[in-house]
Formats: sequence, C-alpha cells, structure tokens
Amino acid sequence: MRFVLVLLIALLTVGLVAAGWVQSGGMKLRAERTASTPEEAVRALLADIQAHNWDQAYARLDHSNDIQQQDFVREIAGTDGSLRTYSALQSFDVWPVHADASHSTLRVRFNWSSAVGSLDEVRDLSVVRDGNAWKVAWPKPNFANVPLQVLPVNYLRWDVIGRRSDDWGSASVDSPKVRIISMNAVERPDSVVVLGEVENEDTVPAYVNISATLLKQDGSPLAQQDSFDAIAHSLLPKQVSPYRIDFPGVRLNQVKSVRMDAHPLLVPASADPVISVENQNVNKDALGRTVLKGSLVNQSGQIVNIAQVLAAFYDTSGKVIWVSDGYVDDALMPQAPVPFAVDIPPDVATRMHDYHVVVNHYTAPRA
Amino acid sequence: MKSMGRTIFHLSAVFLASALPVFAQAPALQAPATVTAGQSFAIRGSGRGTFYLVGPSHVLKQNVDARQEIAIAGPDVSTSGSYQAILCSSDGCINTTFQVLPAAPNRLSFLLHPSRVPVNTPNAVNGTAIVSDRFHNTVIAPAKVDFRLSLAGEDISSRSVQSVRGIGWFEIGSRPKQGALQVTAALNDTTEPRVIQQVASEACGLRMSATPGPHAVTLQTEPIRDCAGNPLPDGTIVSFTKTDAAGKSTVDTPIKKDKATAKFEVSGPAHISVACGEALGNEISFAGRP
Repeated sequence: MRFVLVLLIALLTVGLVAAGWVQSGGMKLRAERTASTPEEAVRALLADIQAHNWDQAYARLDHSNDIQQQDFVREIAGTDGSLRTYSALQSFDVWPVHADASHSTLRVRFNWSSAVGSLDEVRDLSVVRDGNAWKVAWPKPNFANVPLQVLPVNYLRWDVIGRRSDDWGSASVDSPKVRIISMNAVERPDSVVVLGEVENEDTVPAYVNISATLLKQDGSPLAQQDSFDAIAHSLLPKQVSPYRIDFPGVRLNQVKSVRMDAHPLLVPASADPVISVENQNVNKDALGRTVLKGSLVNQSGQIVNIAQVLAAFYDTSGKVIWVSDGYVDDALMPQAPVPFAVDIPPDVATRMHDYHVVVNHYTAPRA
Repeated sequence: MKSMGRTIFHLSAVFLASALPVFAQAPALQAPATVTAGQSFAIRGSGRGTFYLVGPSHVLKQNVDARQEIAIAGPDVSTSGSYQAILCSSDGCINTTFQVLPAAPNRLSFLLHPSRVPVNTPNAVNGTAIVSDRFHNTVIAPAKVDFRLSLAGEDISSRSVQSVRGIGWFEIGSRPKQGALQVTAALNDTTEPRVIQQVASEACGLRMSATPGPHAVTLQTEPIRDCAGNPLPDGTIVSFTKTDAAGKSTVDTPIKKDKATAKFEVSGPAHISVACGEALGNEISFAGRP
C-alpha cells in the first residue's frame, strides 16, 4: 500500500512538471531551437534572444563574417544606458522574403517592450545553410570608433536659486513666456489629434506642457488630454517644439471647439548637449511605409542615453498637418551618427511639403 | 466650542444693549466719533459693570468702575473700522459706536510686473503700490506715492501718483536698452525697491559667414542683436539648415558670446540658411566641395 502511494505521488509530480513545461511554451521553444529550416533558425535565435541565452543565440549565428559575441550582445541588449538596456523582446513575427537552396532572407518584426512603451523594429535577416542546419548571418555591428580626444564643453547652464517670499509683491520671478504658435485639430480613423508647435519666447529656459480640452456643442468639456511625451518639454530661449495630443475614440463632428493651455515652468536647464539632425529625407522602409529618415549626431562630449525624435510635417501653406515621434534605441555617443526613422501616415505623405525635426534627450546623471 | 459660546454671548450682549435703552434709563456712553488707529483714548460713562469693546478683529472685555473714564489702550484699536462699546451693569446695558481711522501712511506694498520684459515694448511695465499704516490698515485718504525708475547709465526718472482708495499705480513702456531696471516706490521716508530685467527683443539683421574646411564648412553668425542693438542673451537658440542631395540637415545651437556656430559636412552643391526665433538670416550656397 505504501509503495502504491509513493508511486502515485511520483507519477503526479512528473505529470505536473510536464504540464508546467508545456504550459510555459516548452514544446514551442523546443521546436524553435531545432533549425532544419530557415524560419526555424530565425525563430530559434529570437527565442534565445528573448530568454537572454546569449551563448546559445551566438552559437546559432553564421560566423563567416567574424562577428564577436560581445558585439552581438551589445547590439541586442544595448549599452551605455540606452533605451535598449531598458527593453525586452516581447514578441516577434517572421515571414519569408526570398529563399533558395543555400540562402534565404526572412523579414522579422521585433516587438520590444521598453521603458517608454511598445516599440516595433523591422529587419531583414539572411539565413545560410550550414550542412543540415541553417544559421543566421547576423550583420556585423558597426560601432562608431571615435578617436580619443579632449572636447571642451562650455555651454550655458541656468539655475533657479532662492525661495519665493510669502510677502505680497515682495519678490517673484515670472514663469517663462511661451506661445502656442500653431494648432490644428485633425481626424484620424480612430481618434482626434490636436497638434501644432509651441515656442519659448522668453530669455530663460522653460519646462512646457500643453493641454487641450475638446468642447462639445453646448460648450461643456468632452475630453481633456495633455501632450505627455509627444513634445520636447525643455525649451531653451527661442526654441520651437512640435506637440501632439491624442484623443482616442473621439470623432471630430462631436467637437465644437478646442481650448488650449500652455503650462510653462521656470526650471534649471543646460544648453548642452547640442544634437544635429543630418541627412533627413523621406523614404520607404522595408514594409513599404513612408518614413522620415536621418541620423543624429551628438556634438557634445557627454553620452546622451535616450534620444527621441519629434517631427512636424507642414503642408504647402505652412500649416502643421502631422507630428510623428520615435525613440532611438542606441545611446548617442559623442560625434557618432546614429540613424533614426519616424513613420509618416500615407495621407500625410501625399500632402506634406516640408518638415522640421526636433530632438528630445535624456541623459542619466553622472555618478 | 468655547469661542463660539463667547461669540454668542457677545452678540447677545450687543442685542441686549440695543434693546435695553428703550426700557432702561441709564445714561449713554460717550465716545469720540472717530479715533486714530493705535492711539489711546477714553470713553465716558457711569456705573459699575462689565465693559465690552467689539471691533473688526477682536473683542475686549473688562470689569470697570465707570464713574470715571474708561481708558482704551492703543493696541486695542489698532485695526481700522467700526467699533462698538458696551457697558453692562445691574441696571442693564448701554452702548455706543465709533470709527477707528487708519493712522498716518508709512508702509507700502509694491507689486511690479513683469519680472522680465523685452526692450521697447509699450505699456509693458506696471507697478501697483498699496498704502497702509504701521498696523497694515489700508489708508483710504489720498497719499502721494513716488515711483523712481533708474537704469544703469541713464538718468533717474520719477513720477508722482496720488493714491486713490489706498492704491497708486503706474504703467510705462520698457526702455530701449537692456539691463536691470530698478523701480522704487516711495512714500515719505518709506521705500520699496524692485527690479525688472529688460531683455533683448527679437533678433534683427541676422547674418552668418562660412569658413570652408577640408571636409566641412564652419558657419558663424555675426554678433546677434535686436533692432535696438542689444545683444541677444547667450543660450538663445539659432537654427542652421543645410539642404543638399543627401537631404536636409539641421542643428539648433545656442548663442555663445553673442555668436552662434555650426559645422556641416559639404560634399556637393548645398544651400545653408540661418534663423533665430522669427528672424530669418542670410543664405549661403555652395557649388561643390568647399
């Protein structure tokens, strides 16, 4: 009787472990780790990346291009406090583009969950036959190699000192003067979007937030939102930033008017870093979407950990018709160009006449 | 709870004091019609009892023998407004009212707006002074307030304003020269200084020049000034834009020591422009590699 009980408990334990393995995707994982087809090779690689199994992932690569593991890991996992270091591969889609007996090209859509939300990335991966198996020919990362040099940095910095007095009229400093220089409400398939540009007209830096209230026909508020991250919040004197405020689930015919508010604050700020936006042009990406591409160059000596690109698109009359934004995965190393791309909706691409790009940046405090 | 009970008691006393003279024959209290805030004075009356002084900000209660005068100390009438004096004895309550007027003006509360203003802006600066006595009572009677304006390197100008119901104000345009504009409100020997920063206005006559290098061209503006000749403050953003076959390149760079500088790689025909705020500068075209 005792033997039967022990056997039952052992069988039950094995059953539960097996169920847990299946439940956690073990079957799928096992299938993905066998690479008898190009798609399986890519899926297996992505599964290893997802699980941070860097050794196994590196072993699945074709090493004919002399790719080093540390470079591969650095590209995938990020470095220098970049956005990629705060990201994880959430899911991926793979579909074939080209295939022959020894070589195949597959298109992969990476879906990264990051500190700023979900981010999509599309890449074409080459897969080559190696005996009975297929291996991914991961392009060798080309990291910028900036020569050792001393870069003098002497940009301005503004501090706000002292404290406000409680005595009426005795001492106060006005908030920075900012102006909403354009506003346009447009209807998208699933939302109403309020967009435009705001300028810091003052001689001191401003931290700006823009809020919009949609008003119904009877003048009562329909919805209120603010620009959240679709704006460069810190504006130096005379600097202009696009902004975009989304109202999901609202139709334009429900709105009679829009009430705009700019909320400027006096904050400490620095004129450093200066980031140039180079070689901007409108192109098609691998999926055939219209995108604005270019590269960012950090002209200062300090690493910019996370950069965000905001682009305002104008029609022929100079009216802002769309504002796109996108984050750059890599940190901006001094003097090294980093590519970026932001989407342009098809209807905007046909009406767009000009554009203006602004870079928002985050730099981690130095230890 | 205790203070509420006391208030009810006071109000009841006022009510009784108003009603009882109809029935009682006690002589009325005699107080001056007006007194100055903070000054001691006396109220005449007769009888022995409890004396109440009900004012806008506090209530005084004391036992008195009013065969002589009831002395009121200055601190008990420091707040201007209407007061009621009540004397309650075994015969009933009697009362009288009087006004406490503000003392001589000797304080100023001064609000100057804004704290920063672009030069040459009409009616951009306004100052408001509220005249009060040493007890913070607003002095309703007209008083002369002098506003003195001084900017480094310029003569001091002033204007005198007669306060109306305790308020004197002025409005002026900003001067053409940038710098700290000190505005002082003065009342007799009392002065209240404030400072406004007059800052440069929009850029005017923005111009840049190009210095070709081996692979890049360095662009530098002339000192950037407004139309009155004031240099724009360092840190103001200047936008350089290069358009060539590779696309558009832009850099927003802050002014340093009155000038803004940028560097672009130029490998073919290119067109470069510069702008600062609403001001557009000159444009430079390159036919090829600099």
